[in-house]
Amino acid sequence: MARLLSQTPCGDQLPRTIGQVALTEVTITRMVSVAPFQGQQKQVSDAMKSALGLRFPGANRVTASESARAIWAGAGIALVMDGKMPDLAGQAAVTDQSDAWTIVAINGAGTEDVLARLVPIDLRRSTFKTGHTARTLIGHMTGSVSRTGAQGFEIMVMRSMAKTLVHDLTRAATLLAGR
Amino acid sequence: MRLDGKGLIDRSTPVAFTFDGESYQGFAGDTVASALLANGVKLMGRSFKYHRPRGVMTAGSEEPNALVTVGVGAQSEPNTRATCQEIYPGLVVRSQNAWPSLQNDFMAVNDLISPFLGAGFYYKTFMWPKSFWERIYEPIIRRAAGLGALPGESNPDPYEKAFAFCDVLIIGGGPAGLMAALTAAEAGADVILADENPRLGGRLLSENEQIDGQSCADWAGDTVARLSAMPNVRIMPRTTVTGAYDQGTYGALERVSHHRPQTEQAPRECFWRIVAKHAVLCAGAIERPIAFPNNDRPGIMMASAVRTYLNQYGVAPGRAVAVFGNNDDAHRTAHDLANAGVNVVAVIDSRSGVTFSGAARCYAEGRIIATKGRRALESITIDHVDGTRMLQVDCLAVSGGWNPSVHLTCHMNVRPEWSDNIASFVPAAGSVPGLETAGACNGAFDTAACLREGATTVATMLGCDLPSLPSADETPYVISPFWVVEGAGRKWLDFQNDVHVKDIRLAAQENFRSVEHMKRYTTQGMATDQGKVSNVAALAVLADATGRGIPETGTTTFRPPYVPVAIAAMGAGSQGSGFAPQRLTTSHGATMARNAPMIEAGLWYRPSFFPTLGETTWQQTCNREVRMVRSSVGICDVTTLGKIDVQGPDAAAFLDFVYANTMSTLKVGKIRYGLMLREDGHVMDDGTAARFGDKHYVITTTTAAAGAVMQHLDFVRQGLRPDLDVQIASVTEQWAQFAVAGPRSRALLNSLLDQPIDDAAFPFMQCGAVTLGGVDARLFRISFSGEHAYEIAVPSRYGASLFRWLLAQAESMGGGAYGMEALNVLRIEKGFVTHAEIHGRVTAFDIGMDRMISRKKDCIGQAAANRPGLQGERRQQLVGLASVMPTDPLTGGAHLFKANDTPVRTNDQGYVTSVGWSPTCEGYIGLGFLQNGRARHGEVIQMVDHLRGITTACRVCDPVFVDPDGGRLRG
Repeated sequence: MARLLSQTPCGDQLPRTIGQVALTEVTITRMVSVAPFQGQQKQVSDAMKSALGLRFPGANRVTASESARAIWAGAGIALVMDGKMPDLAGQAAVTDQSDAWTIVAINGAGTEDVLARLVPIDLRRSTFKTGHTARTLIGHMTGSVSRTGAQGFEIMVMRSMAKTLVHDLTRAATLLAGR
Repeated sequence: MRLDGKGLIDRSTPVAFTFDGESYQGFAGDTVASALLANGVKLMGRSFKYHRPRGVMTAGSEEPNALVTVGVGAQSEPNTRATCQEIYPGLVVRSQNAWPSLQNDFMAVNDLISPFLGAGFYYKTFMWPKSFWERIYEPIIRRAAGLGALPGESNPDPYEKAFAFCDVLIIGGGPAGLMAALTAAEAGADVILADENPRLGGRLLSENEQIDGQSCADWAGDTVARLSAMPNVRIMPRTTVTGAYDQGTYGALERVSHHRPQTEQAPRECFWRIVAKHAVLCAGAIERPIAFPNNDRPGIMMASAVRTYLNQYGVAPGRAVAVFGNNDDAHRTAHDLANAGVNVVAVIDSRSGVTFSGAARCYAEGRIIATKGRRALESITIDHVDGTRMLQVDCLAVSGGWNPSVHLTCHMNVRPEWSDNIASFVPAAGSVPGLETAGACNGAFDTAACLREGATTVATMLGCDLPSLPSADETPYVISPFWVVEGAGRKWLDFQNDVHVKDIRLAAQENFRSVEHMKRYTTQGMATDQGKVSNVAALAVLADATGRGIPETGTTTFRPPYVPVAIAAMGAGSQGSGFAPQRLTTSHGATMARNAPMIEAGLWYRPSFFPTLGETTWQQTCNREVRMVRSSVGICDVTTLGKIDVQGPDAAAFLDFVYANTMSTLKVGKIRYGLMLREDGHVMDDGTAARFGDKHYVITTTTAAAGAVMQHLDFVRQGLRPDLDVQIASVTEQWAQFAVAGPRSRALLNSLLDQPIDDAAFPFMQCGAVTLGGVDARLFRISFSGEHAYEIAVPSRYGASLFRWLLAQAESMGGGAYGMEALNVLRIEKGFVTHAEIHGRVTAFDIGMDRMISRKKDCIGQAAANRPGLQGERRQQLVGLASVMPTDPLTGGAHLFKANDTPVRTNDQGYVTSVGWSPTCEGYIGLGFLQNGRARHGEVIQMVDHLRGITTACRVCDPVFVDPDGGRLRG
């Protein structure tokens, strides 16, 4: 019988600190994509509210409770992290995505400037507040960017692109610190 | 010559640099141009075409003459304007376009034969013979004429790209820009203030004026300090806004570290894309020269530049200076020079009845009719109201008036408008949506007007309060247009491109009368300065030559970028492996550890082959891997194939619509091969659909088309069949998937699975859930090799671990890993198609799968596949090809001809798509498309590869070479 060992997307590439910017891998135990079937949006949101303590997020928003988080991930689809999912059979397509994404937290003074090198959208705090999220580009990669705090963001790209993400963030932070 | 006590340079910080190998000293705050002038160096470059000795003419980014190469080796940068390059310790500057030296340039012989080299010379002279142009004439001309040379090596310096967003973008930090920024900032807007110079202030740093009782330079400094202290203001010095684009987007080039020694950690330049709700162009104006005979000698400069060198850098550009102009603004140059103790020999004014309020003699109705001095100006000859005389001067300050910097307002195809008041072009209103203009770029030339326009423009734009305006100089700008002094000698207009008055007149004479034609004919206004200095004067000459007014003549327009932008900045981060993201499988580490060469498949990296000890060629390795799979068991990472989760009440109906064949009849736990067509009836992709539940399928796509298929399905779901209740999600990355192929595949799996499988529970085309060490996995009994084979998928976090387990077990059974080369041979032997065959121009009929298109239901591509011409014996159909002599190679891309036909295009019968040496068949085999091929099995034809010069006789056969009845597959 095989005993399989688990590996995170970034592995030993992270954590690292460049200048004042810290890159950390965010590991999750479970993440599913939830896409309500036709006419089921409210039922799904209600079920999530009672089981997870959060609602199905609106466009470009993150909802969170003590045990779980839900990140809007496109039209009618959200990624729900952690927490105990309610049974949504017949109400929504629920698909395991626990291992599909590389998730990196970027924190510290200057994170907005680092991301300004890679992300083409307006991330100023006045327009992109804590709890806001966007599907956008990170360098050449499609992914997701969410603001987690005044100086903190979470970046998600496909799992297979972990090395490129770490490289791109490191390069941007290094050149910024070198100024 | 440096003047004591003047200028804004830091005299406590001397800075040493070299120019053409000579060491010079300047001060912090100097440019190469100001430091060289301070050292008495006037000759800074050679002109483009005639290699005329040239000196610095301006003090800004419009400089046409003083172009130099900065740095050495791969890091050197040609065509840097000496007027913009700040000096730093160790800076290495070289002149360019001169051989053997700047002082003695052999190519100056061009200047002697210049009468033959006028505009259009090349077009007329090098017409014949035609073949000589590319091979002989052009290389010679290119060697003789040109700017700086590229180093020819890859640039190792880092560059950056970045995005910025703001409410108000102020372009230019002169008086109008500073006031605009202040007004917007105090109204609470997010402001970006970009200026191309290291120090903000624009002309305020160069003039000797007062604002609110303090020197204008001090006022600028205080205002910048005020702005810097405001949290909603971002000041970007050394940043040139290069272009105006749609929806309030502006390109800007920031020169991050050109002003200091290079390090690997700092970008050299950053190319910004700034998105602004509003923008205010405060780009100022550029002084224009007057064309007079030999007006290009080193020492002849723009009057405004003379004031800049004097007031900002504390440099006297000469010992005996004359001033020549057609406007009052020229006079202030004479005043500033005189006040600084420089000998002003004369003020020459083209207007009649003018006087000069200073000590120098003023020559009304004055013209300069000759100049002398080859490498530096020695004398000028003037013609004036009272006669002619020669003056000994080593510097001449010229002012023909000012041209507003309207460039950005032209970037959306609106042309500027002529203003008689200032005898120049001003921006047309509304030329760029969201952009307003203020100050000198709008034709307001006195300081008070600039300050006022900066403030009022923003106040109107934002609807905010007008700040109190400082008191400033209000001397009106009085100009009387004057363009050309006639006389013997060339009267230069475009210094960078060596275009003179006669060239323009020649263009008009040869009927290149349109301004655009004149520009192309003469090259006026081209290259790195884009006619910043020369444009309006050249138009005036053309207007005169064609007997029209300037407004009727019109103007050429300006395109981005406003200043040259390094390609390295535009493509920052994309050099080498930065060109595209790398997608790495979970087995990447283990694969690299086995020295497998990687090939790129889309963005994925996949192993070509896994060499073992003693194998010296890929073919050896590939042959071994193929035999291994056919005899024992092989492992291959197939994660890269697209996997799409399809769920919903209408999942089955959705798949019936997107696949040519029927998926709704598939039983739960079963897999079916599927063919997808495009709307035009051609094959889009193939793959499998596995049914995991009544309303749940997992489909696979090829690696190459994974993204395209996902996009297609999304389009169908949202656009074509919104009536179907179905959701799709890519799960390619969620699952690490491995092919386990070969007669011993089941034995291998059973050594790892928690519950063993057998043929009854897992027959061919079965799918289901299994566990490995308690981990939930998915097992698919499918085969791309023709062998008894499986694909096993685990959550990606376990992928690396599972790959090592599979490999270890396989090797203990005489098997191992196989790469793309072996995978390719295996599938060719079995006659399976890939995108080499379904390349976008083939139909289901062509690959022999037309019967898969179900008639019982509608599907995408069904109707179009039945169009005439897409079926029948005239189609080129998929066939197998085998060399008649087994060792004769087949080559991909070669064309097929009948055995006795001449291999020419008109006899073409088809082509080869995939080839390989088959260890199983012991010969070269291939797949290809041949006209009416299915009816020609057994025929011997010739394969001709015209590119590689290979001809091989081959036999047409069924595409399935190995196990045509599928016994091994089901075994």
